[in-house]
Amino acid sequence: MAVIEVEDVRRSFTVRTGNGRWRREKREVRAVDGLTFQVEEGECVGYIGPNGAGKSTTVKMLTGILVPSGGRLRVAGVDPAARRAALARRIGVVFGQRTTLWWDLPLRDSYELARRIYRIPDARYRANLDRCVELLDLGALLDTPVRQLSLGQRMRGDLAAALLHDPSVLYLDEPTIGLDVISRTKVREFLRETNRDRRTTVLLTTHDLTDIEQLCGRVMVIDHGRLVLDGPLEQLHAAGESERTLVVDLAAAHPPIELPGVRTVKVEGPRQWLAFPARQSAAPLVAAVAERYPLVDLSVREPAIEDVIARIYAGAAEPAR
Amino acid sequence: MVEDETLAARAGWAVRSWWLIAAMWARSMLTYRASFVLSLAANVLITFLDFAVLILMFRHTRQLAGWTLPETGFLYGTSSVALGTANFLVGSVGALGERVRSGALDTMLIRPAPALSQLAAERFSLRRLGRLVQAFAVLGWSLAALDVRWTWDRVLMVPALLLCGSVIFCAVFVGCSCVQFWWGDAAELQNSVTYGGSTLLQYPPTVFAKEVVAGTVFGVPLAFVNWLPALHILGRPDPLGLPVAFRFASPLAAALCMLAAAVAWRAGLRAYRSTGS
Repeated sequence: MAVIEVEDVRRSFTVRTGNGRWRREKREVRAVDGLTFQVEEGECVGYIGPNGAGKSTTVKMLTGILVPSGGRLRVAGVDPAARRAALARRIGVVFGQRTTLWWDLPLRDSYELARRIYRIPDARYRANLDRCVELLDLGALLDTPVRQLSLGQRMRGDLAAALLHDPSVLYLDEPTIGLDVISRTKVREFLRETNRDRRTTVLLTTHDLTDIEQLCGRVMVIDHGRLVLDGPLEQLHAAGESERTLVVDLAAAHPPIELPGVRTVKVEGPRQWLAFPARQSAAPLVAAVAERYPLVDLSVREPAIEDVIARIYAGAAEPAR
Repeated sequence: MVEDETLAARAGWAVRSWWLIAAMWARSMLTYRASFVLSLAANVLITFLDFAVLILMFRHTRQLAGWTLPETGFLYGTSSVALGTANFLVGSVGALGERVRSGALDTMLIRPAPALSQLAAERFSLRRLGRLVQAFAVLGWSLAALDVRWTWDRVLMVPALLLCGSVIFCAVFVGCSCVQFWWGDAAELQNSVTYGGSTLLQYPPTVFAKEVVAGTVFGVPLAFVNWLPALHILGRPDPLGLPVAFRFASPLAAALCMLAAAVAWRAGLRAYRSTGS
C-alpha cells in the first residue's frame, strides 16, 4: 500500500525583484514542477538534491504546511493541506539543525508534553518511551536539561520525541549533520530498526551519501523541481558516471596536464585537479603524471553528492520523469 | 480527530494547548530564578513609576480636561488591566514575523495543536504579571476613591468592561500581528496600536482632539475598551455627543473585533501556506 502518493505536484512562487522604488517586476519561480512518485509502506527512501532543488518545498507540502499549486497529494490516505491537524498525529518530523526539545527543561518534560499534545494513551506512551530510551541509550539523560546535552545526545532525544506517537511516516532532514562517528552510527542503527520493526516509512533528506548507502534501498534525486532519478542506490552511481578527482601538486606552475581519459578541471598555480571515471584505478594515472611532470604531492577525492547529481543532470538531455 | 469535533471541543483544545505550552515556558523561565525575580520586580517598579507621573501631574492641577484624579485613575486602571490581560494571554503573537523567519511557525504547523495557541504561548513569561499587579492596584485605589453612586448597573459594568476590554485588546494584538504574514518586519504596527492605544485610553478622552476620539470609536474601536463604558459608570457627558447606546455597546464591539481578528488570522495563514514566506 502506498503511504505517500505524489501525482504531478507543482508549487510555484512569485518572486518580486525590485529594481526601482515603485516599479517591481514579478517573476514566477517553479520550486516543484510536476513531481510524481509513490512510497510504499515500510520503505526507507533517500531524497537528495542540491540546495534550492525543491526538497524542503516537497517536504513542506507532504506535511501540509504548504498548499500545492497543482497536482494531487496523499499521505497516509489524507490530503495534507486540507487535513493538516489530523495528519500531524500520523507523521513525525526531525530537523537536524533545529530541535523541538525544551532547552531549559529536563529531557523527560519534552516527552511529557508530546504525550499530552499528541494525546498518546498511557500504556502506549510508556512502551514507546521505554523502547526509545533503551535503543537510543537515553536512560541517564532523561533528567538532564536539554541545554546540557551534546549535539549527538540531543539528536537522539529529538528522534525519540518524533516517534512517541507511532507515526506511520517519518521525515528526517539531515539527521546526522554535525554528529561524531559514534552518534552517527547509533542514529543510523536506530532508524534501521525502527524502519524494519515498526514498518515506519522513512523519507530522508541528507548530504551524507553514507546515510543513504546504509539506510535507504531507494534514492530519489530532485533538481530544478523535477525528479531526475528514482531507483536503487547503484543506479545513482551508474547514471551519474561518477568521477573521482586526482589533485596533484607540481614543483612549479604548469600549463594544464593533458593525458588520455582525463579532464583537467582546474589549475591554480602549481596545483591541478584531474577528473577521471570513478571505476578506473588511480594508480596508472598517478604513474603517468609522475613520469611526465615534476610531481610533489597528490590526493584522491571521492565524488560528492552534488557532483554526482550535477553529472546526472548534465548527462540527461531530457530530465527523467 | 480534533477537527471533526464540535466547536466547543475545539475551543477547549485550543485553550488547553495554550495552557500546556505556556506552562512549559513558565517552568523554563523559572529555572533562572534570580533573573525571574529581578525582572518581575523591575517590571512592577517601572509600571508604578508610570502611574507616579500621573499623580505628579495632578499636584499642579485639580482636574485634567475636566476629570479628577480618581476618574483618570479609573481610566488608567481599566486600560492597563485590559492591555495587561491581553498581553499575558496573547502578547507573544507580536513576534510573528520573527517566528516566520526562524522557521518556528513551520514547527508549530506540524504539531496537532492550533497554531495560534502555540504562537500565543511561545516564550510566555510570568513576568507579565508585573503589569497586571500594578494595573489592578491602581484600579482598586480608584474604585475606592471615586465619588460615584454605585447603582447595581454601574457595579456590574466594571467586570463587563474589563472582560470586553481584554477581548478587544486580544483581538487587536492578533489582528494587527497578522500584517506580518505579508510584511515580516511590521511588528511596530501592532506595538503602536496596542501599547500606544492603551496609553491613549489612560487619559480622559476630553484631552484629545475630537477627530482622535472619533477614530477610536469608528476606526480601531479602542474607545469601547473603557472610554465609552466609563462615561456611564462615572456619569459623564459624551464629548462626541454620541447616542447613549454606544456606552453599552462594548460586548458587540468585542465580538466584532474577535471576528475581524479571526478573519485576518485565517487569511494570513492561508497566504503564508501558499507562499511559504
